[in-house]
Amino acid sequence: MSTETPTQTPVDTPDELATETGRSAADVTVASQRQLIWWRFRRHRLAMAGLWVMIAMYVVAVFAGFFAPFSKDTTSADHAYQPPQLPSFSFSEGFYVHPTTGSTDPETLARVFEEDTSRVINLGFFVRGDEYSLLGVIDTNIHLFGPTEAGERFYLLGADRTGGDLLSKIIYGAQISLSLGLAGVAISLVLGLVLGGISGYFGGWIDSVIQRIIELIMSIPTLPLWLGLAAAIPPQWGPTRTYFMITIILSLLGWTSLARVIRGRLLQTRTEDYVLAAKLDGVRTRRIISRHMLPSFLSHIIATVSLAVPAMILAETSLSFLGLGLRAPAVSWGVLLQDAQSVQVVATAPWLLLPGLAVVVAVVAFNFVGDGLRDSADPYGRRTT
Amino acid sequence: MSWRRRNLERDAAREIAAATVDDDRPMDPGSILELQNLCTTFHTDEGAVKAVDDVSLRIRRGSTTCIVGESGSGKSATARSIIQVVDHPGRVDAGRVLYRPAADRPAADRPAADRPVVDLAALDATGPGIRSIRGREIGLVFQEPMSSLSPVHTIGDQIGELLELHERLAPAAARERVIDDLRRVGIPRPEERFGAYTFQLSGGMRQRAMIAMALVCRPSLLIADEPTTALDVTTQAQILDLLAELKESLGMTLMFITHDLGVVAEIADDVVVMRHGKVVEHGPVDQIFHDPRHEYTRELLAALPQRTTLAVDEPAQAAAAEQPARPLLRIEDLEMTFEAAAGTMFGRRRRTERVNAVDKVTLDIPEGSTVGLVGESGCGKTTLGRCVLRAYRPTAGRLLYTGADGRETDLARLSEKELLPFRRQIRMVFQDPYGSLNPRMTVRQVVGEPLRVAGLASGSELDGRVEEMLERVGLKRSMAGRYPHAFSGGERQRIGIARALITEPRLVVADEAVSALDVSVRTQILELLAELQGDLGLTYLFISHDLSVVERICDQVAVMYFGVMVEHGPAEQVFADPRHGYTRALLSAVPVADPRQRGTRSRVDYEPEDSAA
Amino acid sequence: MWRFIAMRVLHVIPTLIAISMIAFFIIQLPPGDFLSTQVARLEAAGQSVDQAQMDALRERYGIGEPFWVQYAKWIGNIVLHGDFGLSFQFQQPVSTLIADRLPLTLALGIATLMFTWAIALPAGIYSAIKQHTWGDYTISGIGFVALAVPQFLAALVLAYLGFALFDQSVGGMFSPEYVNAPWGIGKFVDLLGHLWIPVVVIGLAGTAGIIRVTRANMLDELNKPYVITARAKGLSEGKLVTKYPVRIAMNPFISTAGWHLPSLFDGEIIVAQVLALGTIGPLLLEALKSQDMYLAGGIILIIAVLTVIGTLISDLLLAAVDPRVRFGKA
Repeated sequence: MSTETPTQTPVDTPDELATETGRSAADVTVASQRQLIWWRFRRHRLAMAGLWVMIAMYVVAVFAGFFAPFSKDTTSADHAYQPPQLPSFSFSEGFYVHPTTGSTDPETLARVFEEDTSRVINLGFFVRGDEYSLLGVIDTNIHLFGPTEAGERFYLLGADRTGGDLLSKIIYGAQISLSLGLAGVAISLVLGLVLGGISGYFGGWIDSVIQRIIELIMSIPTLPLWLGLAAAIPPQWGPTRTYFMITIILSLLGWTSLARVIRGRLLQTRTEDYVLAAKLDGVRTRRIISRHMLPSFLSHIIATVSLAVPAMILAETSLSFLGLGLRAPAVSWGVLLQDAQSVQVVATAPWLLLPGLAVVVAVVAFNFVGDGLRDSADPYGRRTT
Repeated sequence: MSWRRRNLERDAAREIAAATVDDDRPMDPGSILELQNLCTTFHTDEGAVKAVDDVSLRIRRGSTTCIVGESGSGKSATARSIIQVVDHPGRVDAGRVLYRPAADRPAADRPAADRPVVDLAALDATGPGIRSIRGREIGLVFQEPMSSLSPVHTIGDQIGELLELHERLAPAAARERVIDDLRRVGIPRPEERFGAYTFQLSGGMRQRAMIAMALVCRPSLLIADEPTTALDVTTQAQILDLLAELKESLGMTLMFITHDLGVVAEIADDVVVMRHGKVVEHGPVDQIFHDPRHEYTRELLAALPQRTTLAVDEPAQAAAAEQPARPLLRIEDLEMTFEAAAGTMFGRRRRTERVNAVDKVTLDIPEGSTVGLVGESGCGKTTLGRCVLRAYRPTAGRLLYTGADGRETDLARLSEKELLPFRRQIRMVFQDPYGSLNPRMTVRQVVGEPLRVAGLASGSELDGRVEEMLERVGLKRSMAGRYPHAFSGGERQRIGIARALITEPRLVVADEAVSALDVSVRTQILELLAELQGDLGLTYLFISHDLSVVERICDQVAVMYFGVMVEHGPAEQVFADPRHGYTRALLSAVPVADPRQRGTRSRVDYEPEDSAA
Repeated sequence: MWRFIAMRVLHVIPTLIAISMIAFFIIQLPPGDFLSTQVARLEAAGQSVDQAQMDALRERYGIGEPFWVQYAKWIGNIVLHGDFGLSFQFQQPVSTLIADRLPLTLALGIATLMFTWAIALPAGIYSAIKQHTWGDYTISGIGFVALAVPQFLAALVLAYLGFALFDQSVGGMFSPEYVNAPWGIGKFVDLLGHLWIPVVVIGLAGTAGIIRVTRANMLDELNKPYVITARAKGLSEGKLVTKYPVRIAMNPFISTAGWHLPSLFDGEIIVAQVLALGTIGPLLLEALKSQDMYLAGGIILIIAVLTVIGTLISDLLLAAVDPRVRFGKA
């Protein structure tokens, strides 16, 4: 049938592409695929917003020491469960807060804080505080924002059980949570590329076997497996080893959907006329794959990857939250949320849920970007939403 | 339930009464439908596109009126606007659709000319008024019966639904009627087919079911939107016969939308020619074909391959006739078998079936000639072409290719590496000008690829040769830097030809190379191919389902049927005096683009086995 | 059709075998065998170790023998005697522990499934039909956020809200007065009153996911030619939408319903932990943390088997509603 009927034409005239990308037809005629995708992506407002949020989060994570007012390890028993403090402003003092002292009410066992309004802690930008090493090479002690006097405490987002500054911990936690998402997806991608590629390229029984394995993994609940595997990590392992192990466990079960997408795309691309045309042009297999096939589904893979990252972040958070992932003193958003395990704690210190907000923002941003990418990955298709 | 129904009918009657037109003479008494200044616009975020632009036309009661035009002419949108079922985001903006209900419908007591005229465009697009017209007064048949019918409902359910809706028949009574009608449209064993799903029927049977559906309520007007375009030519002939017969016996009016002037000449009484959403010409069929007034109509007719006036005075052809001795390629006992997976469920249970796509085909392709390979879908012609190109490795048989030095090589057994030099001598032009060009490469890269990978040219020399070739195929040198998306279908096909010819090949396999193109563009591409053949001494293997195209340009014709070559010979002889029953059936099914020759030929059927399933 | 069902059921068997191997692999992961751990524990607690009993257990579970022998004994005991091994932490058979908690787990799972479908399908269909309206934007927006909120966070927030606003004791499945009461209407009503928070929380992400899928499917189907055909028949919009596109858009959804089951169990584990529900999830966590491996392995096996059975049911359902699958044309 297909050889006889006039083919349905998707969006492909310069005029239509121009309306899809918001560019002039003259621009479009000489625009490469990548430019078309980018132009189209830029027209997704939510995706662009997500992209900016993502970039901001990663910048903050990379320069965590600078953006965090304190080091993640500084504690202060006096300030356990200190509620968030809103800085006041006066022209004479600039930004400031009053120092507090906490104590435990012997009858209700609730934490009570007394504000010493006679004293102020001055706050300022680019202040000197805890020592840290920027990017692991430059040792410095300059922080974007904090008490001007080193050693003073100030809690913009409140304090946790040990009196550590939650804001600083969230910022440091971003390092692990965000990088673990990327690293896990990277390993998944390698597995997915290799296995999906083998599956799609060779077909036949190899394909069948790999497909059955994927179906098997997809058909059983992942969390119990993650938990089971993670429980086998010896507790005496250091944070770095645990971190790598967790990453590997997450990607061990996360590669399946990527492998499916890659295989599907490969099979689809393999039957494209232009791939046959390349073969008839005398192009060798390796060049057909690298020059003709890979670029055509690269954009789709990037989109799938960006949709897989949030799943990894959520998985890490859940594992750590349940106590089988990373453990303190490592700081990740999931580890921070361990403090908020019970309703009683949440009722007395609701700000302990703030790391969860960071998770939500990161995941939403990634989802927006992924959706936008998926929509623009094929610049010749019509927008679906 | 019944009171709701009564309410619905009352609402419908009220709406229709409100849309009734009471001008002095709103429309001609002989007309069943008149469009007056109809405009249908597609409103998108980026602006409005007028698909139907100020269209006025009239359809006489009892006539067959064909709306003809190329893709994008707005003919389908016009048809859909009549009963307001335009695809989202299209909308009827202005104009009137005047419709006079038939004698046995509301207000049947008055004589035809006095019966009220309803403006369908004034009705609410989702209201009960227009819904009482759809399916009951006006039936609609679409191009693709597979996608136009629901895949998860039975045929009987989808047809019977109309009777339950419009005639309030109980399911059992509806079943009787549906089975009768299925039999009427020529579906064998209708009792069984009633419970069948669309995918269990062949394309022709599906279209018959679709027709039965459109006609089950006996509408006065049937709108058929390219109903035969997706079908093979022999099936098309059967469906056209069926429509003519039904129109006669049911006393309907037929509005037939098509791009094929041959079909128009076969069936039309009146013809409306459309272009860019406007009507360019409107008249009786004889006048349109023999005294076209508008320039565009003349162009369309000129582009039409005329079976009667065969252009046989090309020098290349004469030369080939003189010295038929040296075949460029000898295909000997070629076989191609596929292992097809059948009855897969979740891709697990596989029974493999062997399909003989090409079955012991022997064919000589003389140097400098054009050999046409014709047949209907699934006959194996494309597979044969791909074997010649060695896109497939034939299961058995030989492909003896005579090189420029006179040496003969069997291509069928060469390895990929050994094939490389021959890949430059045998080239392909694809059917689909959209899918065959890598969208990520510029024209310069696409066309230059074969030379670059063979290391034959690079840098400015390569660019020079590419640009020269672009000029050769009628494109501009400056276009080399553009991407395929910047070109129209015809231009892309020129790029495809440039890519095929850049290696200075000797044999070009053109697989349905003009099938996806509009008639006028098709002619240009065929002319280009003929011109290049003369200049470069090319040999063509021209694969097509379109007999008229093959007749126009081929010296020799081979006819394939279910993998077997049933007939082979010089074009004039095959077309004038076909030997095989299938060839005769095929030829008799091709519409003749001249209304004056209508009825002068009788149709031949070829039924070697039960093809009714 | 019967042939189809038989084939599909047969296909489950290798999956089950593979799953049981994975579960057993997890049992084997921690260093040492559980008997030595047990002995160490008893000795640490100052209790005497009954050597004869230990030897009997050693024999029964094939401890010290190769992986395959141990696996064969383990799975053999399960299949032949329903013996999942012994939980040393609770000093009870694993099967008893699981059986205690399974009914509530299933009740929670089924209630969540019902909730998800009841909300997601109408919302998804509405969202597609009313594309680009405020209703659509609202539904899609809520869906986006719901997909991004980790389930334990949702559980904590809802529990906190329930605590702060309604003064409801949100932990557990029953109010204190019913915990040990026999089953009756009162207890059942009390259960429903407690069930809604975990149901909403577990169902949240799934609901959002299904809304997105349904909406996308519906948008695809609404543009198909057969919808125009139905419209050209004179069917009313409401009727044609429910009869055709909704029916067809449901199919991929039914076929993937089985895939939602794993996430259901995932959610159950987390949420039950936060809300202190008496389901299987917290038991699994506890078992893993104390390396009570027969218990953990047994639970993982049960959960996985339940999921596979659920997937099987959804596959068969799909075949029942979609003739293309039944006739192998999908």
